[in-house]
Amino acid sequence: MPDDLTFSLVLVCNGLLVGLMYALIALGFVLVYKATEAFNFAQGEFVMFGAFIAAGAETALPLWAAIGLALGGMVAFCFGLERVVLRPLLGRPIIAVIMATIGVAALLRGVATLAFGAGTRAITLPIPDDPFFLGPIMLPPIDLLGAGVSLVFLAVFTWFFLRTRVGLAMRAVADNQQVAAAMGINVQRYFALAWAMTGVVSALGGVVWGALLGVDNQLALVGLKVFPVVILGGFDSILGAVVGGLIVGVVESLSAGYLDPLVGGGTKDFMPYVLMIAALMIRPYGIFGKRPVQRV
Amino acid sequence: MFYREAGVFKTSYAADMALYPLPATRWWLAGLAVLLVVLIPVLASDYTLSILNLILVAVVGAIGLNLLTGNTGQISIGQGAFMAVGAYTAANLIIRAHASFWIAIPAAGVMTALVGAIVGVPSLRIKGLYLTVATLAAQFIIEWIINHITWISGGIQATIQMPPPVVFGYTLHTQAGFYLFLLAFAVLAVIAAKNLERSRYGRAFIAVRDQDIAAEIIGIDIFRTKLIAFAISSFYAGVAGALYSYYLGIANYEQFQIDVSINYLAMVIIGGLGSVSGSILGAAFITLLPVVTRRVLEAAGGLFGAGLDVAGIIPELRLCLFGGLIIIFLVAEPEGLDRLWRNVRTWFRTWPFSY
Repeated sequence: MPDDLTFSLVLVCNGLLVGLMYALIALGFVLVYKATEAFNFAQGEFVMFGAFIAAGAETALPLWAAIGLALGGMVAFCFGLERVVLRPLLGRPIIAVIMATIGVAALLRGVATLAFGAGTRAITLPIPDDPFFLGPIMLPPIDLLGAGVSLVFLAVFTWFFLRTRVGLAMRAVADNQQVAAAMGINVQRYFALAWAMTGVVSALGGVVWGALLGVDNQLALVGLKVFPVVILGGFDSILGAVVGGLIVGVVESLSAGYLDPLVGGGTKDFMPYVLMIAALMIRPYGIFGKRPVQRV
Repeated sequence: MFYREAGVFKTSYAADMALYPLPATRWWLAGLAVLLVVLIPVLASDYTLSILNLILVAVVGAIGLNLLTGNTGQISIGQGAFMAVGAYTAANLIIRAHASFWIAIPAAGVMTALVGAIVGVPSLRIKGLYLTVATLAAQFIIEWIINHITWISGGIQATIQMPPPVVFGYTLHTQAGFYLFLLAFAVLAVIAAKNLERSRYGRAFIAVRDQDIAAEIIGIDIFRTKLIAFAISSFYAGVAGALYSYYLGIANYEQFQIDVSINYLAMVIIGGLGSVSGSILGAAFITLLPVVTRRVLEAAGGLFGAGLDVAGIIPELRLCLFGGLIIIFLVAEPEGLDRLWRNVRTWFRTWPFSY
């Protein structure tokens, strides 16, 4: 029995760490959705592209410069994207924005492989490879770093939205664009700002995930985990992204540990979506999401 | 094509409701029929026919998705999975029950319609983005189920060999034979969708898309309408999936993954939402995109000599073009190829007095 308990504990701990890293990606998604109500299907590709920039620059530059370049590149890219693609689509049906971001996803995949090659690149972070041990539980440093970055972002964004003037303006824009505009808030500027913030989160997410998994086209697939996370947590809640990420991480880890031997593998990619369907039927606006008043 | 009505001379409701009200349209359709049925199978090369066959399969699937996404306004990212359901239903019927395609293809459609209706059930509670994500989940869950239940997927590789269909005693081996086989289904799909669009249900679809509350007030059962839309759309997808695996000779779930769903959405967007002819144009456009990209690049590669690794960059370039074109169409011409075509037609119809 103690063995069983230890096994569960290990699974839960790993799940929590991975979950925090999922939260990092989901955070980028939530920031955009919260402010602009755009549904970003390209979040995984943003992360991949950020990782590609960092990995490409790291071969020639020191690490801090490479990360800086990735940050700058992603922010510039997101600014441009908002200006060129998403602004003309304002006020159009949601399928337009969904398809536009799907198009951006395809474009980014193509461009990334054309520019950086199809091989897998590595990002080497100056952290030890040997895992820490906490009793029987193994904690890889890279997971800890990802979790730490994620928690820092959570704290910073919470502070930003609750305590700063710009954050207040963004909340106003998210709440009601027309009223915000009437109060003298430049709505378009805050849209651009939201996308830029997503760029920052995606670039750092890309560095962490790239260091964990290696940088290639497959990295974009982590973006598919965003949907269960944000549905569980709520599309527009930052805290929800973290809690949703933790739930998805733990569920994934537990199903990989307990269900995979029974049904022959692959439940890791599948259980989050089952959970998501359940969440959609019971509480579609998520645990922390704003409950919309609407008729179906 | 480019002809004008001289006025409205309809004297009966039947004339008013005719699909093709003008004699000129009927002549033009007859000419098109001769071209498609007689000339192309005789004259076209096997390579051309193989591309046309892919387009015909895509036409069936795209029309189905357009009924759901374009007409009813329910965005689905599960078309690939629905096609897989149809493909494996047909394959299992053929292998286990030795069914002919007369049974296998309608059965694939019905089975997929049932699955589609189940996937549509969440539309009772959710709409818009949330429903879209639910169909995305359906894509992954259906894929996983097919892949992991060997009774359905027929073994480790999840591949089932399909014998070629036997039509009136002839076994289809050639591309031309398949072309006629697929063409028959594509034409059926077009006519059925055109008729559906002007039926009670077709109007209800559009009402639900445009203003669901108003639709409910005039007596449309929204939930039922959405479920019917899901079922019909999935029926099309199932038939398309069955046809595709007939054409390939195998049913394999790798042919029906999420990129296929995205391709179909792109066909519908680029072709034109809520338009049957748009679905046809979009299906042709997206299917031809990689072919044309390769042709152009190979020609260009000849110009640059051996310095350019053309074959290596085709998939990436195709992705770039695919993404870029979706964005360009969304920003510049949201109503798609169908609208462009109508613009051209209007220009000719009113020429030279376009004001």
